[in-house]
Amino acid sequence: MIALQFILSGMLAAATPFLLAALGELVSERTGVLNLGVEGVMALGAAIAFIIVYHGGGHVLAFAGAGLAGLLLSLLFAFATLGLQANQVAAGLAIGILGQGLSALFGKTYESLTVKGLPKLAIPGLSDLPVFGGLFVQDSVVWLSLAATLAIWATFAFTKTGLLLRAVGENPKAAHSIGYPVNAIRVAAVAFGGLMSGFAGAYAATVYTPLWADGMIAGRGWIALALVVFGTWLTARIFLGACLFGAVSLAGLAAQAGGVELPSQLLASLPYLVTIIVLGVISSNRRLLKLNGVASLGEPFKP
Amino acid sequence: MTAPLLSLRGISKRYGEIRANQAVDLDVAPRSIHAILGENGAGKSTLMKLIYGVETPDSGEMLWEGAPLTLASPAAARRQGIGMVFQHFSLFETLTVIENIRLVVPGRTAALTARIGELGAEFGLEVDPYAHVHELSVGERQRVEIIRCLMTDPKLLILDEPTSVLPPQSVAKLFDTLQRLRDGGVSVLFISHKLEEIRAICDRATILRAGKVTGHIIPREHDAHDLARMMIGHDMPEPPPMTPAQPGETMLELIGLTYTPDDPFGMPLRDLALSLKAGEILGIAGISGNGQAELSELISGEIRLPFDDREQVQMMGEPAGHLGPADRRKLGFAFVPEDRLGRGAVPGMSLARNSLLTAHPQGLVRHGLIALAEAADFTRRCIADHDVRTSGVEAEAGGLSGGNLQKFIVGREMMLAPKLFFLAQPTWGVDIGAATTIRQKLVALRNEGVAILVISEEIDELFDICDRIQVLSHGRLSPSLETRRTRPEDIGRYMIGAGAAT
Repeated sequence: MIALQFILSGMLAAATPFLLAALGELVSERTGVLNLGVEGVMALGAAIAFIIVYHGGGHVLAFAGAGLAGLLLSLLFAFATLGLQANQVAAGLAIGILGQGLSALFGKTYESLTVKGLPKLAIPGLSDLPVFGGLFVQDSVVWLSLAATLAIWATFAFTKTGLLLRAVGENPKAAHSIGYPVNAIRVAAVAFGGLMSGFAGAYAATVYTPLWADGMIAGRGWIALALVVFGTWLTARIFLGACLFGAVSLAGLAAQAGGVELPSQLLASLPYLVTIIVLGVISSNRRLLKLNGVASLGEPFKP
Repeated sequence: MTAPLLSLRGISKRYGEIRANQAVDLDVAPRSIHAILGENGAGKSTLMKLIYGVETPDSGEMLWEGAPLTLASPAAARRQGIGMVFQHFSLFETLTVIENIRLVVPGRTAALTARIGELGAEFGLEVDPYAHVHELSVGERQRVEIIRCLMTDPKLLILDEPTSVLPPQSVAKLFDTLQRLRDGGVSVLFISHKLEEIRAICDRATILRAGKVTGHIIPREHDAHDLARMMIGHDMPEPPPMTPAQPGETMLELIGLTYTPDDPFGMPLRDLALSLKAGEILGIAGISGNGQAELSELISGEIRLPFDDREQVQMMGEPAGHLGPADRRKLGFAFVPEDRLGRGAVPGMSLARNSLLTAHPQGLVRHGLIALAEAADFTRRCIADHDVRTSGVEAEAGGLSGGNLQKFIVGREMMLAPKLFFLAQPTWGVDIGAATTIRQKLVALRNEGVAILVISEEIDELFDICDRIQVLSHGRLSPSLETRRTRPEDIGRYMIGAGAAT
């Protein structure tokens, strides 16, 4: 029971970095642009945010700085792939490596330093529930991320903007022929993706584990990318995938603390395995994949 | 004539060496249906792209209601009141009809839905606004495209080969719609290469040949021979003479062929039955998207059936459903796919290399190495025997015109001396001269005792060369109809799924 409480109270915070990055990537991929640089963009955002908080700039400024840095790095990617029609996979990997390099460079003198995280905000009433109460005591970024999830879901489901993003991803030629600026829309989507990845990095470095270590993003960007694909480009599934990942990683910690005799490496790999299996099973329906998939993903468009 | 709605003066456009349009003049009157008539490759599509702002002309001027007009984009054309329905629709398959329309037309969903209903009733364009586009038939998709254009209140509507995707009954309905539009004050630019259609519906016609205007006429005052001479420079070629069939052994049989594709946009096939004997040509009529792609891949072997269902496809008397393409070819099967570039030939390779793709068992490979001289020789014979106009065996396949490349591919497959020959859309996008050559070769091959199966959207073509016709509609195959005792309207009834009832 204590383990369950532990998992429920920590799950959302653990999921937040994945969720933010995956939501950004979702918007970008929906328009047909595959940005593999998420990991590096998160790393850069993490370093910028940590430095700002460490020097007393506060979390609001830190998130703004990290988001801006992510946005600028993604615009570089957009310039290469949408402006110069470079290959998206190669350019994404290059941008990712650049981001990780910049992160290591900026963070060099901050190694092992710590900052103060964010206070938790409780929802009165709900937070007093037995067992589930912990679910309703979260920091402000978690609450904002949930709001963002809802907003992005609603955008795709109900608004013309969402319709347009999907249309550009499904058939850029047709979108062009009815008069929409395909590449401008794609640049905007990529920029949004970079902004969200920057936020994700900032959360990981200044709220979730407010301690600087080089390479602290540790593959979270790649998991976020996988969540988008295995979640078949559906906001709700990506949210569930992120929560599942968070829950299983906490379950591993709880098991260790509870004295379960399993190699720690196995426990550490558990969230990756479980997420891949569960989402793999969900997305094994080829029909659904084709209906929700993005037909022009990774393909450059030249009007 | 009243002042024209749209005038073109000396419009020219070139792509590299190709002069797609040369000094084209055109006047479209208000409230008229104006045809642009021309063969494949005559420059019709280029001209429409210029008028719709997709491309800009190299020289010449356009006048719209008397004022000079320059169009930077399709959006600019739409603002002027020019709408276009493309041959390959610009719809989004995963979205619903109303979502597709909302992307172009501002307004609230409820108001738009009501307007779709009104336009549908007024112009005979009924469609369910909440259906997903991928669930719609081709005719319904075309209606969606037309409605989407009409909702922006155009003064000129351009339709690119609108009847090429429709069964005959739907063509009549489309013509009714176009006439109602004209009477409602919209001019229509109607692009086609079908002479009878133009005579049936168009008030005026401009004829293009090799990028130049060869005539401005009133179609009703001319017969099909005149139009053909202006379009291709001489009379329409006669169809090849058909001697009575002398059927031999059964070469292809489908027995209750049933298949469900993985692709949600695909068409499941239900209980197909056909039988094709040596010395016969059997045509499969119907509009693409009714299972044509699936049937074609099941016959070619690109889709294999499970071993237990292998009896559903019989070739040369053997169960073949489980065999791949190479094993089927070993039985004496040859195949010309519908897409020349990519499936029938590799565009970036020379013709000699393309010969190797299917003709390698003809002694073109020795000890695992390519026999270059033999390959070149095979290719040379193919070029000579099948009238392929090209610079030689080293010419890149992608550089040939559609008609010449198709003649090459058909020739290559014929040289394999097949017992069973299957062609999907053999004359799609092919000029009239090449199409005639291909049809004549097919009839000659049939007279030599080869079993030939042809899938085609062109009903006229099937009537010219087939002994029997079956119609593939909604994944089901009609009974076999003897061509001599069948009228195109009978085929049309099966195409819209009403054949069994009459």
